[in-house]
Amino acid sequence: MAEIVLMRNFSNPESHTLDAYRASGGYAAWDRARAIEPAAITEEVKKANLRGLGGAGFPTGTKWSFIPKTHTGPVYLVVNADEGEPGTFKDRYLLERDPHALIEGMLIAARAIRCTKGFVYIRGEYVEPWRRFSAAVKEAYDAGLLGQGFDVVVHRGAGAYICGEETGLLSSLEGKKGWPKIKPPFPAIKGAFGQPTIVNNVETLCCVPPIVTRGAEWFAGLGTKTQGGTRMYSVSGRVKKPAVYEAPVSITLRRLIETAGGVSGTGRLKAVVPGGGSAAILSADEIDVTMDVDGLKAAGSMIGSAGVVVMDESVSIPEALMVLARFYAHESCGQCTPCRESTGWIYKMVHRIVDGRGHKEDLDTILDVAKRGAGTTICAFYDGAVGPYISYIEKFRSEFEALIPHG
Amino acid sequence: MAKLTVNGKEVEVPAGTNLIEAARAAGVEVPHYCYHPGLSIAGQCRLCMVDIEKTPRPTIACNTVAADGMVVNTETDRVRETRKSIMEFHLINHPLDCPVCDQAGECWLQIYYMKHGLYDPRMKDEKVHKPKAVPLGPHVILDAERCILCSRCVRFCDEITATGELGIFERGDHSEIGLFPGRELDNKYSANVVDICPVGALTDRDFRFQVRVWYLDTAKSICPGCARGCNIEVHVNRRRPHHAEGRRVARLKPRFNAEVNKWWICDAGRYGFGFVDAPDRLLTPAQREGGSSTDVTWELGIAAVAGALRRLPPEQLGVIASPKMANEDLFALRRLLDLHGISQAAGRVPTRVPGDEDDFLIRADKNPNSLGAELMGFGGDARTVLEAARARRLKFLWVFGHDLLASALSERDVLEAFRAVETVVFTGSNANWTSAHAHWVLPAAAWAEREGTYTNFEGRVQRFRTAIEPLGQALAEWEIVGRVMASLGQTLSATRAEHLFRQLVEAVPAFAGLSYPLLGDTGSPLAAAGAAGRPGAGAPPSEATSSSC
Repeated sequence: MAEIVLMRNFSNPESHTLDAYRASGGYAAWDRARAIEPAAITEEVKKANLRGLGGAGFPTGTKWSFIPKTHTGPVYLVVNADEGEPGTFKDRYLLERDPHALIEGMLIAARAIRCTKGFVYIRGEYVEPWRRFSAAVKEAYDAGLLGQGFDVVVHRGAGAYICGEETGLLSSLEGKKGWPKIKPPFPAIKGAFGQPTIVNNVETLCCVPPIVTRGAEWFAGLGTKTQGGTRMYSVSGRVKKPAVYEAPVSITLRRLIETAGGVSGTGRLKAVVPGGGSAAILSADEIDVTMDVDGLKAAGSMIGSAGVVVMDESVSIPEALMVLARFYAHESCGQCTPCRESTGWIYKMVHRIVDGRGHKEDLDTILDVAKRGAGTTICAFYDGAVGPYISYIEKFRSEFEALIPHG
Repeated sequence: MAKLTVNGKEVEVPAGTNLIEAARAAGVEVPHYCYHPGLSIAGQCRLCMVDIEKTPRPTIACNTVAADGMVVNTETDRVRETRKSIMEFHLINHPLDCPVCDQAGECWLQIYYMKHGLYDPRMKDEKVHKPKAVPLGPHVILDAERCILCSRCVRFCDEITATGELGIFERGDHSEIGLFPGRELDNKYSANVVDICPVGALTDRDFRFQVRVWYLDTAKSICPGCARGCNIEVHVNRRRPHHAEGRRVARLKPRFNAEVNKWWICDAGRYGFGFVDAPDRLLTPAQREGGSSTDVTWELGIAAVAGALRRLPPEQLGVIASPKMANEDLFALRRLLDLHGISQAAGRVPTRVPGDEDDFLIRADKNPNSLGAELMGFGGDARTVLEAARARRLKFLWVFGHDLLASALSERDVLEAFRAVETVVFTGSNANWTSAHAHWVLPAAAWAEREGTYTNFEGRVQRFRTAIEPLGQALAEWEIVGRVMASLGQTLSATRAEHLFRQLVEAVPAFAGLSYPLLGDTGSPLAAAGAAGRPGAGAPPSEATSSSC
């Protein structure tokens, strides 16, 4: 069995405390990083092939290196703990069970980007993770780990999915409506409060201390050629043991489903969402794909936040799409016209089909509308919605047609 | 500078220019809703997509800075298709209520649908419903269903007035423009949001339902409301007099002038035109005797003035001109005064309370031509002239425009002055206390009914054009002066305001080098004032007029 890196402390009921974290070797990486030049830390993370685990899969070290070297004002590190992708629940475990791992990751990242202030933006509904993490921050302050050149502000969101989009998060953090910002400028140039900012996901930063302790080569060796390490897969839906599973990114989807106890319900697999709600759906015969960024990209989907939703044969794909379409219509921030207008429109059409009031041209209209809107908006939200719209209908068209009278 | 190619045409633009403006410089219009040159970039309507060579997909032009060697194409197939899609998205939830919408005829949804849409509608589902006919403040009313959420109005209140009354509330297709709790859209520039609203979401409470916009004629003009001289358009309804209850001036709209008001005007100026069609307009020359007023012919009215000028020695004649008069009127009057050696002349009447002022457009001086009046020798205080009247040194007093009682002057002093003078003549467009106490009333055309120029507080001379014919028998002030001169055997040699302006340019050094063609639509600074960079820097009034006589 492969190595457990991120969830290494989870079995200890006291894992969230500083004492337990220290007892298991915590903050040794930070001690070590303090003696390393900031640029060398970034280089190490680059060599480790660490890629963002929040959804976009961008190489973390490369992102850090975008901070302008000549900037003299403040630089901010913002942790995206607004975990909201449908089917994803990994960051909450890290916040609850290993909050010091995140703080240590932040300390090291802050040193790499020469940052003195970090913000942790926690999803509003995550009450217990917020309590645990806040307590850990207090412990870290009391122990002199924080407040000695690096401060952490914990900020709670108010429940909007779009605030998990990195620039929507920054707008919200600044006290504004959580609208994604128009790019350029990118956050690394002009982010929170107009200053260069690095936004990293919780899990991404939790990978940093082990990289510093055990070396980039070790971390890179855990994964594939283009993505190092392990990651946490949130497996839910029709599996016998729904839970978070840590595995190397080279694991196949088939193996992951087996790890989660196999398909429940009818026991016969119909489809899988491999990377959170915004990932294109895979049919039962597409699950031999590796669960890394590039593996799923090649399969026409995306790993996203690694939220795996398993559907057995009894699941109605049109109903599943209706639920997602309602989600996107509800969560579209409303800023860009194509997304604002078509998420609502598509939901109405899908809803009508599920309701038995579909027209035979509806399916083509949905596909056309989705394709026309794709790539026309400020942020990736709409492209995330388009993945399911198109893949659910194209891969399971007959299921939809069966619901349309005289279809 | 950046040199780029737009639709095959090479164009050079200043560094930092975005692609909408760069295309404009190349004569190419990139359709857009949320972009406004006076506001920050929002990039949310997504209509201004263009193709840039070597980029994988169409890019929004508003947030893309022109770069050297960039090759931009606004008319590729995929750009056209994208635009069509974006138009469809803008319109799926729009109520399509053009027949009852005030914006119809000047609506950018209509214009762009015809130019870039023309698809067959596919939306069969119930549209999203939102609040309708919501008053946001004294001047602006919202129909949230018509709104395309371009956020121009929000950005205006955030960035231009910094008052922040408006926000976008809710999410997705339920998003709507609205007021923050406890707020009202009542800043001094609030109605500009109506101008920049590209659709019928924000309409003007004063103008709406008065007349369809396609019946309107427009004239380029200058706001007469204060010394700023904001450039405006006067929109008049001549074609449907039965609409708007005979109100001819339908509305004023700001007209871009980079040097004066950019794209904006204040609400006070915008709604200050009511006097033009007000019931108190003076329509015919009139004589008042023993408390009752009789309409008379222009001949009689003119003869009353000419007779006094002929009969009385100049030291018994007094004139209070007005800084609301045009340069041309003041110049004509100055010639008349100089011909007769009249020295008791003023222009300034102290206000009872100081006018409001801000650091944007609004000036405390509510006269459009104070500097012009000063340069023409009418900068003096009316109190000096009234003093002379009270001392019984004047037998004739000609007052232009002023309501002498709605001023800081004391009623007792003014009444005493009027009683001490044999003949008081009033020339103005509307009745007021002065006209009610004058022996003769000679009606003047309102600013929208004639042409002329004003000199603003910065010394910028700007033309205003005739929008409508004068009401009744009213005449421009310079024409009235001209008739007086003619009846005295003198000649003004002018049949148009422009003729007087030419003479004025010859006579008053501060105006040297100016002409109507040179002033164009946006005006020109006075040579001297422009060079000195401060108002009132023109030649002193006495010298200014000496050469004309």
